[in-house]
Amino acid sequence: MNFKLRVWRQENPKSEGRFANYEAPDIPSDASFLEMLDIVNEGLILKGDSPIAFDHDCREGICGMCSLVINGTPHGPEKATTTCQLYMRHFRDGQTIHIEPFRAKAFPVIRDLVVNRAAFDRIQQAGGFITARAGSAPDGNAVPIAKPAADLAMDAAACIGCGACVAACPNSSAMLFVGAKVSHLGLLPQGQPERMRRVLNMVKTMDNEGFGNCTNHYECEAVCPAEISVAFIARMNRDYAIASVRESVE
Amino acid sequence: MNNGLDSKIPGGPLEKKWSKHKFDSKLINPANRRKYEIVIVGSGLAGGAAAATLGELGYRVKCFCYQDSPRRAHSIAAQGGINAAKNYQNDGDSVFRLFYDTIKGGDFRSREANVYRLAEVSANIIDQCVAQGVPFAREYGGLLANRSFGGAQVSRTFYARGQTGQQLLLGVYAALSKQIAAGNVRMHPRTEMLDLVLVDGHAKGIVTRDMVTGEIASHAGDAVLLATGGYGNVFYLSTNAKGCNVTATYRAHKKGAYFANPCFTQIHPTCIPVTGEYQSKLTLMSESLRNDGRVWAPKAKGDKRPPAQIPEEERDYYLERKYPSFGNLAPRDISSRAAKEACDDGRGVGPGGLGVYLDFADAIKRLSEPVIRERYGNLFDMYHKITSEDAYKTPMRIYPAVHYTMGGLWVDYNLMSNVPGLHVLGEANFSDHGANRLGASALMQGLADGYFVIPATIGNYLATQTGKRPPPDHAEFKKAEEDVLARIKKLLNINGKRTVDSFHRELGLLMWDKCGMARNDAGLKEALNRIKEIREEFWVNVKAPGANEELNQALEKAGRVADFLEFGELMCLDALDRKESCGGHFREEHQTPDGEALRDDENFAYVSAWERTDGTPVQHKEPLVFENVHLAQRSYK
Repeated sequence: MNFKLRVWRQENPKSEGRFANYEAPDIPSDASFLEMLDIVNEGLILKGDSPIAFDHDCREGICGMCSLVINGTPHGPEKATTTCQLYMRHFRDGQTIHIEPFRAKAFPVIRDLVVNRAAFDRIQQAGGFITARAGSAPDGNAVPIAKPAADLAMDAAACIGCGACVAACPNSSAMLFVGAKVSHLGLLPQGQPERMRRVLNMVKTMDNEGFGNCTNHYECEAVCPAEISVAFIARMNRDYAIASVRESVE
Repeated sequence: MNNGLDSKIPGGPLEKKWSKHKFDSKLINPANRRKYEIVIVGSGLAGGAAAATLGELGYRVKCFCYQDSPRRAHSIAAQGGINAAKNYQNDGDSVFRLFYDTIKGGDFRSREANVYRLAEVSANIIDQCVAQGVPFAREYGGLLANRSFGGAQVSRTFYARGQTGQQLLLGVYAALSKQIAAGNVRMHPRTEMLDLVLVDGHAKGIVTRDMVTGEIASHAGDAVLLATGGYGNVFYLSTNAKGCNVTATYRAHKKGAYFANPCFTQIHPTCIPVTGEYQSKLTLMSESLRNDGRVWAPKAKGDKRPPAQIPEEERDYYLERKYPSFGNLAPRDISSRAAKEACDDGRGVGPGGLGVYLDFADAIKRLSEPVIRERYGNLFDMYHKITSEDAYKTPMRIYPAVHYTMGGLWVDYNLMSNVPGLHVLGEANFSDHGANRLGASALMQGLADGYFVIPATIGNYLATQTGKRPPPDHAEFKKAEEDVLARIKKLLNINGKRTVDSFHRELGLLMWDKCGMARNDAGLKEALNRIKEIREEFWVNVKAPGANEELNQALEKAGRVADFLEFGELMCLDALDRKESCGGHFREEHQTPDGEALRDDENFAYVSAWERTDGTPVQHKEPLVFENVHLAQRSYK
């Protein structure tokens, strides 16, 4: 297959970016999107040009390192798929493909298609944990957890932290990401002691990092590779409201 | 005859060793812990758990990872589960049985005391993870669910759908995040360790490169912990993440740390077959699928009919036929070799004939499609994405692929290498899996090392090191920084005609061919010569464009491949030395009449630990002593 690429190139966070055109000839249809970029990069290196920088690691859809906005959609056109699990057979031969970095105020571009998502780490540090010192845990079966609750917690915990939700949102909101973490831990009995403090601190940090608010576009859910439901945003908002009221009373 | 290798295994009966050792080890009092600086490289299950736990204990920790966040370490990709001797199923499990299964699964090439400790702390790991909010699968009654895994006849594997590694790592990451927020751990993502620094013979720090700015920096500590994973990417194609590399452990090896059993690599039987030359990595289909999937190949050579048209009596369910008592849950090394055998025999399926079927038709008939979907839905989806085939309708095609490396830096019972102060955790060390790792044991070992072993053993080293941390501008650091920069400049200035990937692919193919699922004397000798030639060409003809002072992914790769090009040689050398077959190491000259691995306990019951001084590898042997298990030919029949 043959493709025309329009790729965002930007040397560093301070320089101005631009689109550059590249040809991607003779791409096997079974190649993944990132393998297609590997092939293009091999050609660029041999020509003495600088290869296109992009983030990736596990290439099996779980680490959340890969990103890219492909023809306007984070992680490209396939539903519930990361860029690394997207295959070229899903594109038309001869198609022009636009490739951009995830764009959000809170995700500054580092180089080309690589962005800085450290804001997510800082949100997690604000409260995305259950305090459990190694060595002090009770037996794993000491507290039974009903299967539906455990399953729902797992649905929320499946978030891979890629940031596509932010890139897809017109407000660059991180509420699907934060909602998923708040729900995962808040649904479990172990997560109750820190539940109120957690949601307040995580939401506050989210706001301070420059993420926008949710205005119910649901673009986040549509692009989420882990199919995280927007219902978790509602759950977070409930927890947040309760926590805020309690905080003002206490 | 141990050449100065002291494994420091405590005396006394097996089941008392760990408690006794903990009591005998020196402690650091809580007020003094903050005076010690611990450098940890790697943020996966082992490194992340160690950083979080040592931070919680009050040590000052610096943790480094090459990814953009510690949450992305490749532990995340483990699918199937984590073993623990909980015996929640009341099916006869015990610490001793998990210990025995692991020793036997490793083909009697691991240390009894280490493996017993692993089995002993396995139950605490599950408790710890549950307390952190890891959403393990549960039964309707609310209790933890279990599944079976290869090499065991009990159900002791805990899991979180097909994403167990992800959930355990997110638990570690959460604990680590808390310690980062508390200021006990300083995290350095997108930072790569490029050298280990020794002062007065002790590991006292590292030199790193900031992968965004190119800045070379020194970090001094009272001890250094490497938890940098395995070296499977020496084969280019593997189930490892693209960034996984041997650089940290190999740099440490060049500074004096012994590398143990490098030839012990695990080829996982159930991966999606290779489709083309452009392919950048291989994808694993969890071993848990073998709970319900049946492995088969056509009985007739060159049978090109679609699987649905091959009648039952013309199918060879070779694992069930050859290993009736373990069947489809035979251990990984044995299942992989059986697949290779079928394909070598001309009975492979799919493009190129390098594949066998993993068939769920019977399980779907027995349990219904929704049940199978609930158990393995995400794996079937992943298979569909990659192959565009529907495994609910037609059998999966699978083939073995490089997955894990049992070899690693040599460590004693305290997880300390022969270089004082240098500790090695998780896949990066050699200690627990012998010649073959059982499924669901890697997660167990990583967390055991990080949560429970190193926090108990490191104090013993630190207690003797008060006031000995050098300043980061010590001459040894300056010298290491200069060496690192000189090497980077050299790589950038070659400006040859071949890309880094092309060298890596060439090395990988050679290693797969000569030092993969089957090895022989002539092939290994040939590989040793070829690796030298490839390496020589690399240093005059590689093209790594750009500069150091920028985000430069080609440069990162060049440095890693340069190390693989030296490390590959060590692997072949070790494989050549081990003139027996055991676990994942199959020497064609040494097999039983029915093609099983033929161990030679008389001559090879040792850990092969390689020292490198002045560029020449020197072998040391740590004899393996078995006092609690009876050495037997491993049989799963």
